[in-house]
Amino acid sequence: MGQTTLAKAINMGLRTAMEDDPKVLVMGEDVGRLGGVFRVTDGLQKDFGEDRVIDTPLAESGIIGTAVGLALRGYRPVCEIQFDGFVFPGFDQIVSQVAKMHYRSLGKVRVPIVIRIPFGGGIGAVEHHSESPEALFAHTPGLKVVACSNALDGYAMIQQAIASDDPYIFLEPKRRYWEKAEIPDGFSVGAADPLHSARVLRPGRDVSVFAYGPMVRTAIQAAAVAEGEGRSVEVVDLRSISPLDLPVITGSVARTGRAVTLHEAPVSFGVGAELAARITEACFYSLEAPVLRVGGFDVPYPPARLEEEYLPDLDRVLDAIDRVASY
Amino acid sequence: MSDSLVGAAAAQVAPAHADPIHSQGTVAVADPQLVRLLTPEGERLDHPEYSRYAADLTDADLRGFYRDLVLVRRIDVEATALQRQGELGIWASLLGQEAAQIGSGRAMQPQDFVFPTYREHGVAWTRGVDPIRLLGLFRGVDQGGWDPTEHNFHLYTIVIGAQTLHATGYAMGIQRDGAVGQGPDGDQGTAVVAYFGDGATSQGDVNESFVWASVFNAPVVFFCQNNQWAISEPLARQSRIPLYQRAQGFGFPGVRVDGNDVLACYAVTRAALATARAGGGPTLIEAYTYRMGAHTTSDDPTRYRIAADLEAWRLKDPIERVKAYLARSGIADSAYFAEIDAESDTLAADLRAQCLAMPDPAPLALFDHVYVDQTALLGEERTAYAAYLDSFEPAGHGGKGR
Repeated sequence: MGQTTLAKAINMGLRTAMEDDPKVLVMGEDVGRLGGVFRVTDGLQKDFGEDRVIDTPLAESGIIGTAVGLALRGYRPVCEIQFDGFVFPGFDQIVSQVAKMHYRSLGKVRVPIVIRIPFGGGIGAVEHHSESPEALFAHTPGLKVVACSNALDGYAMIQQAIASDDPYIFLEPKRRYWEKAEIPDGFSVGAADPLHSARVLRPGRDVSVFAYGPMVRTAIQAAAVAEGEGRSVEVVDLRSISPLDLPVITGSVARTGRAVTLHEAPVSFGVGAELAARITEACFYSLEAPVLRVGGFDVPYPPARLEEEYLPDLDRVLDAIDRVASY
Repeated sequence: MSDSLVGAAAAQVAPAHADPIHSQGTVAVADPQLVRLLTPEGERLDHPEYSRYAADLTDADLRGFYRDLVLVRRIDVEATALQRQGELGIWASLLGQEAAQIGSGRAMQPQDFVFPTYREHGVAWTRGVDPIRLLGLFRGVDQGGWDPTEHNFHLYTIVIGAQTLHATGYAMGIQRDGAVGQGPDGDQGTAVVAYFGDGATSQGDVNESFVWASVFNAPVVFFCQNNQWAISEPLARQSRIPLYQRAQGFGFPGVRVDGNDVLACYAVTRAALATARAGGGPTLIEAYTYRMGAHTTSDDPTRYRIAADLEAWRLKDPIERVKAYLARSGIADSAYFAEIDAESDTLAADLRAQCLAMPDPAPLALFDHVYVDQTALLGEERTAYAAYLDSFEPAGHGGKGR
């Protein structure tokens, strides 16, 4: 398949999942004829028809709520929420219904729904188009939350999430949609890493940086620069936010003794806070420094002309690496 | 929908300053659109459109309706008593709404699927759900103890109106299964009934479900039990027009039926289901009734409504009119009524005994069924909590241990 963008890779993953299982449906605003505002569903309606690729009314609660009903009838809906900030009209259905249905029914009912959300900033958009709501979902028992960071993972992870009988929040780093990666010819999802495994992308000895989604690339860049400054930085792509792959995370910190967490979302009560707590519990005797969190500030997502101030960048990651290394 | 209904809608818009309690009490009586097949005095009425949907009911069917109504009320009374005695945490009584639920429930076919609120004990009865299964939620031992697929009766939904979207999605699944319009006249098709109340009509989810069902022509019947009260808020706080007229704006038919008339509820629901299962799309049914009890056992309706309203509605009791009709027409006699009374007492006694015998879940059941594939993290939490419980001495220590 060669060099493929993340958007195209997810598109191919959706296509493969739809070919594999006739119960898989794609639904959302503009996902049909238009192919989605990011073209992630491009061509699917043409090939699978309007019954399987559904252009929905503009109502996010309706998208999620009807997906629940479709799932109860035996379908496997993949819902697209057009932008992160528009998930909130569907929040009640996600938190009160999707997440709790299996538990409420004592296991008799399954709702294998995947909710795809293009998330994060960096595209110069207006309000509500750049948010990172992952902690809200990770804080909700019953949901599983994953974030892909590259094309190969996008291709595999979307198929794995669709195949699972649990409901998923599937986060796609929208500013990385057009970045390419190699998908080997003949690559099959069966050869992919388990969906809830974290991955050490770059081994290092001095500091572990934990990132996911759009910040993975930033972390890799920071590690490369740090290397030139004589610091060996390990980069871990979490891939799965809920559940966290604690063995890989704590294993990394056990080796390096220092940890930096990195995400676009505000740091307070965020994924980084959970990581810091888990690392502190499991690696107390290995830690050489407090866990430092790098993330968005505790402000609403700002106007586009301020987002470079808001979003963690290479320098802020390097600054944290310096601070944690010199502790 | 005819133009005459458009006119009726405009004429019935209440002035904003109208006394809500007074105005809601008069609308039904004055409403020529109210479908009724059995008067409060127990006289059968003809209706040009709907009589035929009740015409094939046998005497046994009619006696069966009476039996359903009496037994369901007895279950409700027993559950209320169990709550008062501390055996249930709370109970949502269906008192007064028996006919709406039995009539609509008996209109369904086995293949149809129901999405209830938390008050559809009568519909549950018609779907064969053992009444004891309903009590688990209210006793606090589970959050829904029956298998929805076994009865085609989904779990109770507590968030107001959320289930109407589930119903609509399920109906869209029926469409994709090709299960609409089956049989010679489409009469073997499958349809869905979504239950909700007058308060729910203000919810976004209900309005979204109307939009979705309409544009996708989904085989769903929206069955609104307008019992006049959303806890303390009267209908006038939810709508300026009769609720059934809302359907017109969404592009599908709406009908108001006497919710205390089991025959009319049966006929109207059967008609709407026939339309849906044949591929004719959704219908909104407004069953005009009255919540004779409190919202739940935690509520005190004397704070917000007057006794005279209750008395007026008591004269429209859904069971008394059936009993009067059966007796007058010779379909049932006093021996039959006594037999049903005896059966209801037995049922209530059994229900009580089963309720008292209902075991609490084991402490570690807390962790069951959060996921289909349990996560390692949750497994560790469970293991740690089990070890914590085991760290207590077997006896004493505040009842810890598993």
